[in-house]
Amino acid sequence: MSERNNAMVEKYRNDFLKEVEANVEEGPWVKMCMQCGVCSGSCPFGPYWEHPPQEIFMMIRAGKRDEVLKSESMWMCTSCYNCIVRCPRELPITHIMHGLANYAHRLGIAPKMNPTRRFAKLFWQNIMKGGRVNELKLSVGLYFMDGFANGVKKGLAMLPVGIGMFKTGRLNPLGLLGGGKCKGAGDIHKMVKKAQEIENRRKGFAS
Amino acid sequence: MADIKIGAYVCKGCGLGERLNTAQLMTVAQREGKAQVVREHEFLCNGAGVAMIRQDIEKEGVNHVVIAACSRRAKTDAFGFEGVAISRVNLREGVIWVQPDTDEVKEITQEMAADYVRMGCAESARMNIPQINPGHGNNKRILVVGGGISGMTSAVEAAKAGYEVLLVEKTAALGGWLAKLHRRVPFHEPYADPIETGMPALLKRIESDKRITVYLNSVVSRTSGAPGQFSIDISKESGGTTTENVGAIIMASGFEPYDVKKLPELGGGKSPDVVDQAGLEQLARAANGAPIRRPSDGREIKSVVFVQCAGQRDETGKNLPYCSGHCCNTSIKQAMYFKDSNPDVDAVVVYTDLRTPGNGEDFYRSAQRKGVIFTKGKVSEVVPGAELQVKFKDLILNDDAVAKADLVVLATGMVANSGVDIDAAGGTPNVEGQDQAAAGDGKVVSILNLTYRQGKDLPMLRYGFNDSHFICFPYETRRTGIYSCGPVRRPMDIVQATEDATGAALKAIQAAENAALGRAAHPRSGDLSFPAFRREGCTQCKRCTVECPFGAIDEDEQRYPLFNESRCRRCGTCMGACPVRVISFENYSVDTVGYQVKAVDVPDQFSEKPRILVLACENDAYPALDMAAMNRIQYSAFARVVPVRCLGSVNTIWINDALTAGYDGVLLMGCQKGENYQCHFVKGSEMAHYRMSKIDDTLKGMSLEVERVRTCEVAITDIQRAPKIINEMAETIQKIGLSPMKF
Repeated sequence: MSERNNAMVEKYRNDFLKEVEANVEEGPWVKMCMQCGVCSGSCPFGPYWEHPPQEIFMMIRAGKRDEVLKSESMWMCTSCYNCIVRCPRELPITHIMHGLANYAHRLGIAPKMNPTRRFAKLFWQNIMKGGRVNELKLSVGLYFMDGFANGVKKGLAMLPVGIGMFKTGRLNPLGLLGGGKCKGAGDIHKMVKKAQEIENRRKGFAS
Repeated sequence: MADIKIGAYVCKGCGLGERLNTAQLMTVAQREGKAQVVREHEFLCNGAGVAMIRQDIEKEGVNHVVIAACSRRAKTDAFGFEGVAISRVNLREGVIWVQPDTDEVKEITQEMAADYVRMGCAESARMNIPQINPGHGNNKRILVVGGGISGMTSAVEAAKAGYEVLLVEKTAALGGWLAKLHRRVPFHEPYADPIETGMPALLKRIESDKRITVYLNSVVSRTSGAPGQFSIDISKESGGTTTENVGAIIMASGFEPYDVKKLPELGGGKSPDVVDQAGLEQLARAANGAPIRRPSDGREIKSVVFVQCAGQRDETGKNLPYCSGHCCNTSIKQAMYFKDSNPDVDAVVVYTDLRTPGNGEDFYRSAQRKGVIFTKGKVSEVVPGAELQVKFKDLILNDDAVAKADLVVLATGMVANSGVDIDAAGGTPNVEGQDQAAAGDGKVVSILNLTYRQGKDLPMLRYGFNDSHFICFPYETRRTGIYSCGPVRRPMDIVQATEDATGAALKAIQAAENAALGRAAHPRSGDLSFPAFRREGCTQCKRCTVECPFGAIDEDEQRYPLFNESRCRRCGTCMGACPVRVISFENYSVDTVGYQVKAVDVPDQFSEKPRILVLACENDAYPALDMAAMNRIQYSAFARVVPVRCLGSVNTIWINDALTAGYDGVLLMGCQKGENYQCHFVKGSEMAHYRMSKIDDTLKGMSLEVERVRTCEVAITDIQRAPKIINEMAETIQKIGLSPMKF
């Protein structure tokens, strides 16, 4: 994965802005930021970001490639869309944040233990298996993400909720045994595979 | 006038008839006011009422008309009788609308009305019918000083309106800074790219206009006279002087860029590759669309950094303290020069606050789309070298950073070519935060060379820019008939300068036209009265010549004041200044107000009916009180309001007279003074405040409390506050007791 990273560093030299424009979803918008800071001020998680969106944009222009791509910041985005709604320059900030996170992940330099990234991976695996989300497996998978002991602990803590959901018919324990697949999951797999091929080709990731 | 015949007319309309005993008011006018003809009318401002007055003027020989009806600001058309002296008694806005309609106050309301009738008659008896200034000139040619975009626009606009124009330019060609530009910032859709300057077409327009005479390589070496009759010497560089007569003058002497050599820390003067915006225009013109090359080695420029606010908005006091307004758009435009010829050039604009007036926001966006990088940061140093290093603090990332560049452009500011600072001691420039000769060759040259007593050039307000009220009365200067426009008035861009020049042209035309009719210019536009003085009483103290806000008064060979009526704005500041009270206007004098003050019936000490004299500026305070009345905001029935032309015209004798006559309080209401003045006569309110600061001693000398006299600033919008100030004075008097000076 870091080979890809090296290839990109080589390709764009020190013009990180160009790299972002070419490879990140909605990247061409980054140059249009006018540094007003409304996005950072509007973000409900604003104070918790190491680099709020305004800063990320500035860092991209300043060529701070590693600081941006290895940052946890854009993984903080919860897609509330406050920033997009308020941006006077109409930048699709949410999409750019996800685009940056995705780009860093694909280059293999995203922070390994970032919980958002790990959840996203679990979610993807889960949905790709049956073409639809198996909620029970996804939550149990999340509980056991940090080892067996932790999983048991979290599971027990959530037990009353689970029982409540079971009683009201919101949870089917048989889900754990599999099932819940959609019809023609195989076709979905084919579609996704094709889409990934196209995306890789377009973004220059030979895979 | 010996044969004064006063006609007093009492209106019964608008509820006046129901609220007031008009018969008693008529008796007052007749017995005390000495009005020979007294009539009342149900509806004085309608056709029949006006016809009644007109008939008296024609048949009865009434030449002084006292109209006891509404405010002098209302029904001016109906009561605009020509050839007679008119006094307005404000019974509606001044009495019934500010007093409650109750039986308890009926008596003091009637007293109030009766006093106003007495005052109106007293004023009328001391008024004269204004005669047109006999010495007025009727030249309507316009002189434009400065051949840049402002001056050229003024010339074209005045010529288009049918006026002859003399355009004087000190260099060998018209065009000014605009002619030196490669392209200009767009001023119409789509605001995306720099556009042609349009200068050749404008030059052709001026060349082909028979009404415009251009004087190149020339300066104005002498200006004397007054609106309608200025006499101008135009001197050619090569020698030779032409004397011309003009009616009004537009000063469009423009600006010089701040000298980059004053910014050595930003590489100014230390490297040929550090240029100002004008320098870059020169490079861009040389390249003419091809890649721009470095001055030092002629190499094609691959990276350029624009430093905004270079030597501007400087709080240290070393450089210009102000923002020049155009530089952000200009740098955006210049960055595009590079991007348009080669998109791979790195163009970085380092700014602290990017401000793009007009439709510059679209232009800014266009530059971002073209890939110009905008970095919010403060540049501390530019290190010269083969590759320049721009050291700056990134204000977003809070980080010290360095940008490398082949060329650095400093966005320096505009320094006004406003001539000598006549208010500075000894005529040497002394401008906050900079020395005024910053951009020039070190010596300040007068632009207009006025022969006026108060100095050679237009007064300045701040930072060396000409004093010109930027909101209420732009272009107006403190020299009547002379209007400034363009960056000499305040920093501005081309679009603003063009608008400014058009406005100034119209003001100049207006001034020349008014002068030809012997009438005053703004703000007493149309006033036919003018100041006159009693020579035998004058002590040559020079207060009037020094204090006139408009420099209208010179001195003759015998050191007596020499009034230039056409330069006068009729504010009466000279009248307020005169310690021997020899200056007066036909319809406004020490007596017209003084006798009003004395006409008021002052009840004795035991009546519990105080009297408060309110001298209210007719421009702001009086309208504010009128508007308060329209909103039925009530104030003390003991107040007697006298409108004055300007607080500057208030002669302290009026206050002395009021206090000795037994008034319990005196209120002076004028406009805001000082740097952000709102005074229509610029310095009037300030002069009044200054004079009144010394009234305390007078009061103490009379054993009166200092609280009895108050000078305050009232804006036209102070509709709630103005009545409140009157009521506060009434409360103060209740607290300290009535004046012991009553007879």
